[in-house]
Amino acid sequence: MSKSKSAYSVPGKIGKIERHIIVVWVDNEAGVLARIAGLFSGRGYNIESLAVAEVDKKKHISRITIVTEGTPQVIEQINLQLKKLVPVHKVADFKRGEKDILFRELALFKILANSKKLEKVKKICKKFNPVILDKTSKSVVIQVTALRAEIDKLALDLKSLGLISTSRTGAVAMTKGSKTFN
Amino acid sequence: MPKLLSGAEIVFKALEDQKVDYIFGYPGGAVLPIYDELKNHKSIKHILARHEQGAGHSAEGYARSSGKPGVLLVTSGPGATNAVTALTDAYMDSVPLVCISGQVPTHLIGTDAFQECDTTGITRPCTKHNWLVKNVNDLSKILHLAFEVATTGRPGPVLVDIPKDIQFKRGKYKFFKNTLKKKLNGKATHKISNNDLDKFIDLIKKSSKPIFYTGGGVINSGPKASEYLRELVALTGFPITSTLQGLGAYPGDDPQFLGMLGMHGTYEANNAMHDCDLMINIGARFDDRITGKVDEFSPGSKKIHVDIDPSSIGKNIKVDLAIVSDVTELLKSLIKRFKEKNKNFVNSNKQKTSKWWEQISKWREKKSLNFINSDKIIKPQYAVQRLYELTKNQDAFITTEVGQHQMWAAQHYKFNKPNRWMTSGGLGTMGYGLPAAIGVQIANPGKLVVDIAGEASVLMTMQEMSTAVQYRLPIKIFILNNEYMGMVRQWQELLHEKNYSESYTAALPDFVKLAESYGCVGIRAKTPQELDGKIEEMINIDKPVIFDCVVDKSENCFPMIPSGKPHNQMILGPEEEEEISDEGKILV
Repeated sequence: MSKSKSAYSVPGKIGKIERHIIVVWVDNEAGVLARIAGLFSGRGYNIESLAVAEVDKKKHISRITIVTEGTPQVIEQINLQLKKLVPVHKVADFKRGEKDILFRELALFKILANSKKLEKVKKICKKFNPVILDKTSKSVVIQVTALRAEIDKLALDLKSLGLISTSRTGAVAMTKGSKTFN
Repeated sequence: MPKLLSGAEIVFKALEDQKVDYIFGYPGGAVLPIYDELKNHKSIKHILARHEQGAGHSAEGYARSSGKPGVLLVTSGPGATNAVTALTDAYMDSVPLVCISGQVPTHLIGTDAFQECDTTGITRPCTKHNWLVKNVNDLSKILHLAFEVATTGRPGPVLVDIPKDIQFKRGKYKFFKNTLKKKLNGKATHKISNNDLDKFIDLIKKSSKPIFYTGGGVINSGPKASEYLRELVALTGFPITSTLQGLGAYPGDDPQFLGMLGMHGTYEANNAMHDCDLMINIGARFDDRITGKVDEFSPGSKKIHVDIDPSSIGKNIKVDLAIVSDVTELLKSLIKRFKEKNKNFVNSNKQKTSKWWEQISKWREKKSLNFINSDKIIKPQYAVQRLYELTKNQDAFITTEVGQHQMWAAQHYKFNKPNRWMTSGGLGTMGYGLPAAIGVQIANPGKLVVDIAGEASVLMTMQEMSTAVQYRLPIKIFILNNEYMGMVRQWQELLHEKNYSESYTAALPDFVKLAESYGCVGIRAKTPQELDGKIEEMINIDKPVIFDCVVDKSENCFPMIPSGKPHNQMILGPEEEEEISDEGKILV
């Protein structure tokens, strides 16, 4: 079927895809995460990772950190659409690689390893604040905090050393220095 | 200690404090406590629909013709799911609706109880916001917040889901006013900067090929906005075109008005949009029926966009000057500032835009709304024209269904006032017009209300005729009956090798007998000669009427922009393929 056989216009040029980290402050009420996630799925936006927890117990404010990808136009729409939601207080948006922002993700790795392999594991993880949370004669659970890409690479490297299970939080973000998001 | 009220009493107290006169609804198990309370509140009248979708569209018609929010009351489960089409329709066309739905008792939620559904889950993407009330003491606050969310910023529908036990429970009532700090789906304060206004005025002064492109935002901003728009258009002497939803904001018979733009807009409006050097978008949203192919949309123009919804700006088309504001406030400030320094601009600027107006006249000479009339068979365009001519002297309200008849109504019925034209544009809901006409008639007693309909669309909500008869609402259902889903048939003819797959309706009812069985009046017109007399007869009957206007079955709606084409490549009509003498053509 040719393109013209449609009641709709044909797609235009697509802009360059950028990765952004979007931080959203919301009222921690029933259904709020569904509203955010539904906005993304309903409008065809992409969620790479999502981290959420209440950060102000008194005011019941949760902070949601979303990693997403899209053209500059789509990223702008995501911001504007999020701001329209009733429980949303504020939205902050950062491009991946911005200098003033810290990004971190926490990962737990379960590895089946003998003591020789374990030394190798420790060595690979050394740069990423490793903490051994559990250890048996056959296995180890190790916690690391790093950037997303670093954890991606780490998981790949650990595969040959007996990695059998991975759990990751998704990225969280904070500004450097005394400034806060507003 | 304040007196405690039941949840049902709180609902009515809140409706009274919001000055609600009418609610449209349908009872059921999970809203019975609220229906039980109805008898104690004489100032609120309930209009019993025959289907919740009908109730929803009636509430929309009420809202769009009155400027007040429409209120809808439905039961749980199927009551709520039936209302979803109306809520989505209102969401797309920015109509303020407050839907109150019953829900199964709190302890049964999540157990797949009888008539239970996840109402807030289902309606989340088609409302501005929704609430499930879990505590009766939150109810009054939520209800007032619901009205505020529905009516502020870019208007839209909201839903409040109230479990049956909450309707019985007793709690405190409080009237909350202006609980919101931010206006929703819009901006809180419309502080318009002089800098923006000066840029706006500068673009106006520099332009030699300008055009105003106005939309539903002008209507939604209230009748004042239309007055200001007329003033600004007069001050500048610029041409103006309107979207489907904006019709009526500017007089349809004014020489500066180029008619509707878009897929079935006029040749002059679309070409002017394509060739202009300045596009002033006021309260429209660069919808895909307007822009056609985005990459080739008005390539040489500077664009100004005024919209109350920040997310409408830059969504489809990049603009040079964006102003987030309510239309009335923006136009008021703009006109004031414009007048300060630009006395007699219209005359001094005439020279600059004279070539542009000449070009527009040339486009106009194409007479793109022409059609080949017949003296044997009623052409649908002719029927709309006659309806317009015979009703233009009264303050008529027009609703439509969706399809060819809707476009013919938009092309040939000229509106002079805002809030007189109610049509489903964004969602394109067949079955909208009849129930909407009911709501319009409720809000405007004594006025002529006509639903220009297609026979396929109107059958989707035909049951609401019973509502019209019950409440003695003399709405006129003017059916352009071609026995086809006309727009579907047209697309199949033009794009799918005339494979008319399932677009013919066999076994249509006899609409005259159908009208009689509902207890209203049926009229049928078959020839152009009898049309005027029958329309006059319809207008003079003080009862609901179903008018079966038997029209040409194969007429297509022109002009049209074929999909994927820019504005300057319109198909004007069948005469592009075969030469037809001018004699047969009717001038519009």
